Amino acid sequence: MELEKFSYDNSIVRKFIIATVVFGVVGMLVGLLAALQLVWPSLGFATDFLTFGRIRPLHTNAVIFAFVGNGIFAGVYYSLQRLLKARMWSDMLSNVNFWGWQIIILSAVLTLPFGYTTGKEYAELEWPIDIAITLLWVVFGLNMIMTMVKRRERHIYVAIWFYLATFVTVAILHIFNSFELPVSFLKSYSWYAGVQDALVQWWYGHNAVAFFLTTPYLGLMYYFVPKAANRPVYSYRLSIIHFWALIFIYIWAGPHHLLYTALPDWAQSLGVVFSIMLIAPSWGGMLNGLLTLRGAWDRVRDSAVLKFMVVAITCYGMTTFEGPMMSLKSVNAISHFTDWTIAHVHIGGLGWNGFLTFGMLYFLVPKMWGSKLHSPTLANFHFWIGTLGIIFYAIPMYWAGFAQSQMWTDFTDDGFLANPIFLDTVTKLAPMYAMRAFGGAIYIIGVLVMVYNLIMTAKAGSFQKEEPAEAAALTPVYTPHKGEHWHRALERKPLILTVLALVAVSIGGLFEIIPTMLVKSNIPTISSVRPYTPLELEGRDLYIKEGCYNCHSQMIRPFRSETERYGEYSKAGEFVYDHPFQWGSKRTGPDLAREGGSKLRKPNSWHYNHMLDPTILSPGSIMPPYPWLIDNELDMSLTAKKINAMRTLGVPYPVGYENRAVADLQAQADAIASDLAGSGIEVASDREIIALIAYLQRLGRDIENEVETK
Amino acid sequence: MLKFVKHHMETIAGIEIYPLVSFVIFFTFFLSLFAYVMLMKKNHIKELENIPLTDND
Repeated sequence: MELEKFSYDNSIVRKFIIATVVFGVVGMLVGLLAALQLVWPSLGFATDFLTFGRIRPLHTNAVIFAFVGNGIFAGVYYSLQRLLKARMWSDMLSNVNFWGWQIIILSAVLTLPFGYTTGKEYAELEWPIDIAITLLWVVFGLNMIMTMVKRRERHIYVAIWFYLATFVTVAILHIFNSFELPVSFLKSYSWYAGVQDALVQWWYGHNAVAFFLTTPYLGLMYYFVPKAANRPVYSYRLSIIHFWALIFIYIWAGPHHLLYTALPDWAQSLGVVFSIMLIAPSWGGMLNGLLTLRGAWDRVRDSAVLKFMVVAITCYGMTTFEGPMMSLKSVNAISHFTDWTIAHVHIGGLGWNGFLTFGMLYFLVPKMWGSKLHSPTLANFHFWIGTLGIIFYAIPMYWAGFAQSQMWTDFTDDGFLANPIFLDTVTKLAPMYAMRAFGGAIYIIGVLVMVYNLIMTAKAGSFQKEEPAEAAALTPVYTPHKGEHWHRALERKPLILTVLALVAVSIGGLFEIIPTMLVKSNIPTISSVRPYTPLELEGRDLYIKEGCYNCHSQMIRPFRSETERYGEYSKAGEFVYDHPFQWGSKRTGPDLAREGGSKLRKPNSWHYNHMLDPTILSPGSIMPPYPWLIDNELDMSLTAKKINAMRTLGVPYPVGYENRAVADLQAQADAIASDLAGSGIEVASDREIIALIAYLQRLGRDIENEVETK
Repeated sequence: MLKFVKHHMETIAGIEIYPLVSFVIFFTFFLSLFAYVMLMKKNHIKELENIPLTDND
């Protein structure tokens, strides 16, 4: 058969490699800053755009979408071409994918620190950027699928199945979670409210981990580990089961982020069961990766690439065992809202994603630049300091998580909370936070050493833009031999495979999301729960803008330790007007669900002074000060629009209320300002702080006048 | 108080069928998948698993 000559596009891979490295360094440095702020809050420099509440989303977005995102593209664009023996279908689309993605990252950098956020974790980017992400993702998928259509390799290797599932599922997740009603160019409200919003958000959040941080990297594992070890994958049979079981089960597990919350019990149980089931495919995949090195373990000693990959896969195994364990309700009662979760995700982030990326980079750069790795010694140094970094990061965080949970739930012999002051449970963690920052810092030192090593490696060689290759074209008509199994036909048909993957991941989503839409009529509404006043609504938007949810939950679980501390546990009916929900996932500060309720209520002046400088009232507090809230005038230009938007979303503001909203807002603000004046605090009623105080004082009050209705 | 968080789904008609349907879906799916991989021909697997190693790279 005649061989066709063509070439692989290496320049697109180079672009993504550079972006991966650059944003890896940037994203991790921002993470280090956030970590240091928890030890020395003054590192926020009392500026609004450097506060923890805005820096932390920047860190998570940068690491997930910029570092890992570019890493995925680099690995996919390299391996896809070679596995299919075809150049990418369109160089133009490849480049649109690259530059578009970098523009999206840039727009995240230009919005998140300035408080433009949807307030939904890992989906903070505002609606115009959401639309851009959708379009870009289609470009990526189209280019990938068309390359498969034009391929010269009959069968589609399992790595590509993982890429396809990634494309399909991320698209669904992103679109459904991003339903939001725009109010202005950079402000929108989530389409869903309260419990529904929480379920959709964590269906997204969990599966972003599954289909952005896991499946594409498993695809990369199935390509690069056999490649680096120069032997086929341990069991191809296992890889097929791994693939279908993983994508089938993963999509159901989201509700394990909402255990003991106001989410209906059935959904919580569903999340738990599927999370436990996930151990099987996850460990099947992990063992398949590790056992690929059977009989080649001696090579691990000499190859930095393999070392990084082995630790990456091991970390994958650890997190995927730990995750299901954390999904058990009794374990989750301890781990949730504490630093245990932070430790867990960083075993995944630093270990699995980080180390697999580094292994891939050490493999690719010498190959593509036609040179030898500049210094294997430095690569070994990177490996060891990186591993130590992970250990120094994780152990203090596990310790902090357990210790804090213990302090929250401890009772004295007389039946009182042993640590009634929340802050006491935080200040004790300072040494752990410092050690975590140290772990992160040495991990970054390793990355910087890698950057130097890769640059020197590239300098020593010359980059080969086009890598020549040849392969026979596929015969247009393929006659399957007799008795061929249906799955073999499937392996040749990318579109059918895509559709089936779509079906597999949709089942779980449908089973969870559709009943939730029905739940609305099944949630006992509480007649005393009323929509926010215009001032409270504006205050709530400031709460979202400052990213308060990064440290404060609004979800009291039905435990004695929590009801003693915060009051009555949270009910589904309390959140029906919350677009978006603000339950949070971490308590670096106390829960605020009943901050305005009779148990916790504080004077307006307390909140004023606390926002001015938290340490005035709580010495040792690590919360940053928010002095600008006192200086900034409240922007009321959108108030009427916001009321209209909320009404569209189902919040029962009377028709025409938008015209009276600003007057109501001012009246309520005047009352708070004069109350503050009574405490000797002179502040104009049109400042942002007034709105925030109004919101905080509203939290948890409605239920106290509760009349049960159905 | 617990009535706030329990019994959300009871009013949905025919809800009892859900666990049954999901069990059947799962059981059939994984059983046929398992049967398929077990019945795969050795030489076909060899061909598939060697795809990454045959890209003359």
